[in-house]
Amino acid sequence: MIGRPSVPRSGWHPATVVANTPETTTAARLELDVDGWPGNAAGQHLDVRLTAPDGYTATRSYSIASAGPATGDTTRVVLAVDRVPDGEVSPFLVDVARAGDRFEVHGPLGAFFVWQPAAAGVAASAGDGEADAAGGPDAAGGPDAAGGPVAAATRPVQLIAGGSGVVPFVAMAQAHADAADATPFRLLYSVRTPADVFFAPEFERLAAASAPFRLDLVYTREAPAGWPTPPARITREALAEAVLPTSDAPLVYVCGSTGFVERVASWLIELGHDARAIRTERFGGT
Amino acid sequence: MQHLDGNALAGALAEFFSFDVTTAIARCNGCGAVDEFARAIVFTSPAGTVVRCNSCDHVLATLVESGDRAWLGFSGVSAIEVRRG
Amino acid sequence: MSFITRGFGGRSRERDDRLPPGQTLVHDFPVLSAGPTPEVDTAEWELRIVTEGATHRWNWDEFNALPHEDVNTDIHCVTHWSKLGTSWRGVSLDTLFENVESQFDFVMAHSYGGYTTNVPLDELLDGQAWVVTEFDGEPLDPEHGGPARLIVPHLYFWKSAKWVRSLVMMPRDDPGFWEQNGYHIHGDPWQEERYW
Ligand SMILES: Cc1cc2nc3c(=O)[nH]c(=O)nc-3n(C[C@H](O)[C@H](O)[C@H](O)COP(=O)(O)OP(=O)(O)OC[C@H]3O[C@@H](n4cnc5c(N)ncnc54)[C@H](O)[C@@H]3O)c2cc1C
Ligand SMILES: [Zn+2]
Repeated sequence: MIGRPSVPRSGWHPATVVANTPETTTAARLELDVDGWPGNAAGQHLDVRLTAPDGYTATRSYSIASAGPATGDTTRVVLAVDRVPDGEVSPFLVDVARAGDRFEVHGPLGAFFVWQPAAAGVAASAGDGEADAAGGPDAAGGPDAAGGPVAAATRPVQLIAGGSGVVPFVAMAQAHADAADATPFRLLYSVRTPADVFFAPEFERLAAASAPFRLDLVYTREAPAGWPTPPARITREALAEAVLPTSDAPLVYVCGSTGFVERVASWLIELGHDARAIRTERFGGT
Repeated sequence: MQHLDGNALAGALAEFFSFDVTTAIARCNGCGAVDEFARAIVFTSPAGTVVRCNSCDHVLATLVESGDRAWLGFSGVSAIEVRRG
Repeated sequence: MSFITRGFGGRSRERDDRLPPGQTLVHDFPVLSAGPTPEVDTAEWELRIVTEGATHRWNWDEFNALPHEDVNTDIHCVTHWSKLGTSWRGVSLDTLFENVESQFDFVMAHSYGGYTTNVPLDELLDGQAWVVTEFDGEPLDPEHGGPARLIVPHLYFWKSAKWVRSLVMMPRDDPGFWEQNGYHIHGDPWQEERYW
């Protein structure tokens, strides 16, 4: 199939918690061993289903932080879950789940919010009408006017995350580094305080890897000592400065709470980014 | 009230279809827009899920789930395009 | 292949003898809406009853001049929660239908925002339904259906159309929005008429 990343087939699998470790002041990293996991592409998510003793079930979606080769040769899956106060599922996953606990997962899910290196054979956007945006507006207006594959793998990638919205991006950046892909990658990451950065050591390593990757952090409540700008919510102007310019025609992925994604996406449009080149993943909330 | 992207419905829709419907392209009956399902606006509530067109807010699809039964409505979609493998 | 997850209970599910089958008690007031909350300015608000021959209209001031009643009632949501002793204030449908003539036996309630729900007329009269503008002594929040919503407490709560704008008489019991998409045409909680 041309035009979409080929992703492994989804299914329900039993998952066992291997480790639950603090990730930030409010979040945990959950390492799972998923029986029969077929692998996943970077950016995909899965649905977790918890069952109570009386048969009551609750299902929630979580992005997958691990980007093991999509070949099914590993059953290890990493999630990072932020505690939503008074939530039904996230406080359980962060505070209660411990090694040996089991629940069901359905995945890997979604072929839309995915990035794959050129080496994977299918470019991130070939044939879906985004690749041609670099050359000019999509005349037909439809999402599929471009037709066959284009050399879009080198189309620069701008990732924009708020809080736990960075989870799918650590997988994308890891896939990019693992493939030593030459595509320019930039991540703009908004967090409350230095203690709220997810995957800090991983991002440090990724920035040092050979694949071009740059992390720009924005602190909204409290910045590290000596940080050049005072903590503040991201503004349209700050966004314009920190993201790849429209002249680079980047593919832009935005992920985080619904309110964050909405603000950022509308600013990107105002700044002249092509709506078809923007992909969003809203996590809910406000 | 929460709203998400069509992409978030990948799991729920996988219960009905053997392919990933979120990357299929749907035509909105309200305004004629042709777009990927993943880009639609999804309103979730325990009562049911409503998928709306991101151009005109028209209701494209509904999903009601209850235990071992579920109801999927495509009242606002005139056709979907599915890629052959 | 479902198996129980150690330590997971979900939100507490409190049972009570006064509740219909399959319901549990809540003390807060969950918001259920599957679309953007319509913003309806009372200056432009209008309630209509539409029959085969006429349209009856009330603007906000005219509606507020009608006799109001306090309503104390239990409500039951199809998503398994019930709330006991809720208090509302509004106008009985007996008052609104006083001068309405129609041969038709069924009503489609239409909301600002586009939703519809169907109810037989004889289940809206005789003190069974109200159009309310207050909850707990306060003006009704937009997210709970303000400025005005229908309440039909003896049916599941989705029949209590939020942001109600018109009641249209119809010859058959045509299904409304959710009723076309899986919900029961009637919706009696004591009969557990949740879905088709
Ligand atoms: C595709 C997708 C991927 C996701 N990936 C992740 C992830 O990697 N990590 C992660 O931590 N979460 C992720 N989420 C969010 C996650 O699915 C849950 O919504 C979140 O964990 C809250 O669930 P809960 O049961 O604890 O809260 P609920 O009991 O569902 O909600 C309790 C209250 O919190 C509000 N609320 C719900 N979700 C959020 C939210 N995300 N932020 C703030 N308030 C909220 C609700 O409106 C409600 O009032 C993802 C969501 C989607 C759709
Ligand atoms: Zn439309």
